[in-house]
Amino acid sequence: MLRLEKLTKTYPTGDQALKAVDLEVPAGQVLALIGPSGAGKSTLIRCINRLVEPTSGKVWLGDQEITRLGSGALRRARRRMGMIFQEYALVERLTVMENVLSGRLGYVGFWRSFLRKYPQADIDEAFRLLDRVGLLEMADKRADELSGGQRQRVGICRALIQDPALLLVDEPTASLDPKTSRQIMRLICELCAERGLAAIINIHDVALAKLFVQRVVGLRFGAIEFDGPPEALTPDVLTQIYGEEDWEQTIEDVPDEEDEEEEAEAEEAAR
Amino acid sequence: MSATATASELDLLLGRKWKKPPFIKRPWLRWGLIVGAGIYLALAISSVPVNWARVYEGLERGAAFIAAFTSPDFVSRWNDIYHGMMESLIMTVAASVVGILISIPIGLGAARNIAPLPVYMICRGIVAVSRALQEIIVAILLVAIFGFGPLAGFLTLSFASIGFMSKLLAEDIESMDRVQAEAIKATGASWLQWINYGVQPQVMPRLVGLSMYRLDINFRESAILGLVGAGGIGATLNTAFDRYEFDTAAAILILIIGTVMALEYLSGIIRAKVQ
Repeated sequence: MLRLEKLTKTYPTGDQALKAVDLEVPAGQVLALIGPSGAGKSTLIRCINRLVEPTSGKVWLGDQEITRLGSGALRRARRRMGMIFQEYALVERLTVMENVLSGRLGYVGFWRSFLRKYPQADIDEAFRLLDRVGLLEMADKRADELSGGQRQRVGICRALIQDPALLLVDEPTASLDPKTSRQIMRLICELCAERGLAAIINIHDVALAKLFVQRVVGLRFGAIEFDGPPEALTPDVLTQIYGEEDWEQTIEDVPDEEDEEEEAEAEEAAR
Repeated sequence: MSATATASELDLLLGRKWKKPPFIKRPWLRWGLIVGAGIYLALAISSVPVNWARVYEGLERGAAFIAAFTSPDFVSRWNDIYHGMMESLIMTVAASVVGILISIPIGLGAARNIAPLPVYMICRGIVAVSRALQEIIVAILLVAIFGFGPLAGFLTLSFASIGFMSKLLAEDIESMDRVQAEAIKATGASWLQWINYGVQPQVMPRLVGLSMYRLDINFRESAILGLVGAGGIGATLNTAFDRYEFDTAAAILILIIGTVMALEYLSGIIRAKVQ
């Protein structure tokens, strides 16, 4: 569904962030992209929806070549790629509802969006999504009144209301505590399964990634070093991606998943 | 190996006093600048001529002026004062509204992070011209073109507002949070939608605060512009001085001060509301 061909990005400073990356993601697959800081994970994700303009190479989404589109067609193509950000990237002075509805900007005209007169179907869908992530009563709060985990849930709603085929997720848990991180990752993966979405998730936390995804891609110095199922992440592989370190802890770190799950559900029920 | 090297380095430092490294490293340059600045200051102060006899005479006139404040005369020229005041207020509000409306697109264009280079250069050029020409000079020119009266004042203040507002708005846009705007772009928003959702909410409080501040500045400027014939309360004030009617002048100044303070108070309330 998504195909990258020799995708290359060289920044004006001369840094080569991506070196001819080839990657194919089938529909409905959730993929974790791991690698050290500066390996080019963020650049890779941003090259797919061209927030960063790739230097060369091609991006195919379905049968559309994203890298060839003009600005109007690119905007229409971006509607099919929902994005979730590290620091949530909500517009802080807008309400939760406005933030969610901003996911529909690609579908409505300027005046409708300016006057906040969205079609009823969009408004209903926004409420449905907010209910799904447990934030229905927050709809008219301002985004900066929310906690980190709540903000990221709003970010997820904004991405999903676009009705995307693909989610681009950039370090969704980097500024969250361990428990909220798990909840957010679980939510993202559940929603992808419910809606049959493919997703690329940039993530620092290897142990967390292994809990939730079907496929792991390791990036180092802008090139793919590893591509396989999470079970195949051995200490040797991690050393290859990140460099020398004692990896046994990271790999065995799948301890009380059961407890964690129950706890989260109990909390969910309590709310 | 490096451990022993570090250890001996550490031994050298232990027990020594620590001082913040000076901002200018070369001692001769540092002391040269300090001494040079001192000499310049002494020379500059000693070169300002002061005629103490004249000052002594002037004190009396100053006292008369200040004494007039104790008995401001609002009544005998009330008609002139009222018309001057209304003219100033109309001029101020109209010029602020027009100036702010024009400065928004120019401010957007003058922000490097959202405007392409050619647009940026043009908008920065407009800002530079508007800021380089002092209000009084513009007013003199416009009075020459449009004749005496508030029209020249209105145009002058609009022109000056554009430079001020555009520059500060552009700087606020340049320092906004890039990621929030990026997120809106990623949804497939058009350029206008992007500005409306990704940029405007971030700069709105500053825009409102600046607008109130500019309204305040424009009112104070309108009092000055009257001196060169551009209408408003300044013209009335000028006339009062020319006639040595210090009590009427005092009344006008009190009104100006009162209005500025009222505007200041209002802008404080509004800024607190839009945060």
